[in-house]
Amino acid sequence: MFKEMVHSKWLGIVAGMLVVLLVLPLFAPRFYVYILALIYVTALLAMSLNMVVGYGGMFQFHHAVFYGVGAYAVALMITKTSMPAWIGFMAGPVAAAVTGLIIGWFCVRLTKLYFGMLQISLGSLIWAIVFRWYGFTGGDDGIHGVPMPSLISSLNSSYYFILIILIVCLVLMYMIIKSPFGSTLQAIRDNSQRCEAVGINVRRYQLGGIVVATFFAGVAGVLFVALERSVFAEMLFWVMSLEIFIMCLLGGWFTFAGPILGAAVTVALRTFVGRYTEYWTLILGVMLILVIFFLPEGVMGFFQGLFKPKVKEAAERGK
Amino acid sequence: MLQVEGLMKSFDDFMAVNGANLIVKKGEIVAVIGPNGAGKTTLFNLITGALKRDRGRIVFKGEEISELPPYDICRKGISRSYQIVNIFPRLTVFENVQVGVLSYQRRSSNLFRPAQSLAVKETRSILDSMGLSGKEKSIAGSLSHGDQKILEIAIALGNEPELLILDEPTAGMSPEETQATMELVNRLGKQRGLTILFCEHDMDIVFSVAQSIMVMGHGQTILQGTPGEIRSNKEVQEAYLGGE
Repeated sequence: MFKEMVHSKWLGIVAGMLVVLLVLPLFAPRFYVYILALIYVTALLAMSLNMVVGYGGMFQFHHAVFYGVGAYAVALMITKTSMPAWIGFMAGPVAAAVTGLIIGWFCVRLTKLYFGMLQISLGSLIWAIVFRWYGFTGGDDGIHGVPMPSLISSLNSSYYFILIILIVCLVLMYMIIKSPFGSTLQAIRDNSQRCEAVGINVRRYQLGGIVVATFFAGVAGVLFVALERSVFAEMLFWVMSLEIFIMCLLGGWFTFAGPILGAAVTVALRTFVGRYTEYWTLILGVMLILVIFFLPEGVMGFFQGLFKPKVKEAAERGK
Repeated sequence: MLQVEGLMKSFDDFMAVNGANLIVKKGEIVAVIGPNGAGKTTLFNLITGALKRDRGRIVFKGEEISELPPYDICRKGISRSYQIVNIFPRLTVFENVQVGVLSYQRRSSNLFRPAQSLAVKETRSILDSMGLSGKEKSIAGSLSHGDQKILEIAIALGNEPELLILDEPTAGMSPEETQATMELVNRLGKQRGLTILFCEHDMDIVFSVAQSIMVMGHGQTILQGTPGEIRSNKEVQEAYLGGE
């Protein structure tokens, strides 16, 4: 009974928030609508990283590459071919997942830091190609003015498009995390040796996790193009990967919604503090230090810990 | 069922296993004894594929398994528990056991069905038989050491093994817990028709439970025989049984 009440209370809160987000573009200034849409895109990106790092325990150090590949795939499909834009939209996540499959195939053969270092190397290679190949990718100029289908050509319509896709992706990601595949991935994170001993091909599941996560990173890349109508090489640069990592760290690794919070804080800081000083990352740095020292499980992880003290205690013992 | 012949494994210059031989017949309870550092755990690691052997053969149900990875060996029907607790500390007791059951049922790669509704009956039946059903929602890392050791065995049952390998199942337990655990293991073997291979320091337990005993020293098999044969063997008596 109590559980049901909590459940319906949460449903109420989520539904209420959704209504607010749906009607917001009707009243709010364009700028805020744009920032909110940017937060959605970034949140999806951060959550896709959290699937591999938080739930999968893998050192996915260069996640931005898959975001960039998704974005470039759709931008190139629209500007270089005569195919309908919607096909380009679907090509983005597929291209990101295929890139994830190729890079991941090499990475899962290594563990921990070596996994991460190899991914940075392979990812940087892709960045270098994008950055240098002026004739195809536009090099450091990127690609601008990617035409969008008329259905999502205005800011408000692209806002709704992004919100809907985000919600669909959140539902899918939640289902995956709660599925046998998701729980197997979490078991591998906790104890990969034991997983092998109960008949799980650890590498194959890790690779599967990478493909799923990079697919969603590709979706985020596509949504970015839908919002900005441009792509640039910085999207694939390692600094971007670090930024996504920080978002997850701020919000909380082991929580589903934590990265959303982390993404919102980061985008807001860059937008509102970045207006006054280029050293906005300094504030981000201080926040990060405080979180690491006082809320090592992230902000969302801290609040979850309040409700489930046993989980926290067990996690600490497990360490 | 299981045959180990002339097995060798070295780490740098140290021969951890240096000519181990073992025969396990279907339905038997077999113990491996020997002092610390005799190579018992290494032997188990070699059989289950956690380590790769340098020389020798491991044959399970007529098939050579020495080159297979651990997950394939598990699928052939060999499950194991560990000497040092090796569970999933962040998951609940139920989820700990369910991981193995889902893997056995080949459902681990299902992406869109909620895991909590799958393999529930099988998981509960294992928890029941291990006496853990009251704790299924507890986080595994917060259990007592004794319960974690029991969970350790419960996880290994998820794969419906034919051969269950237990590496010091009672290590760190109180005498009462030890007694209860061995009774449990004995009962499980009968109920589920398991063949059990285990190693244990407590000789009373070994001689009361095992039908066949293999004695190891310095990585080598000294002798394998019935408890009676082992008791009456002079070499073994002098080395390990205090020459009684």
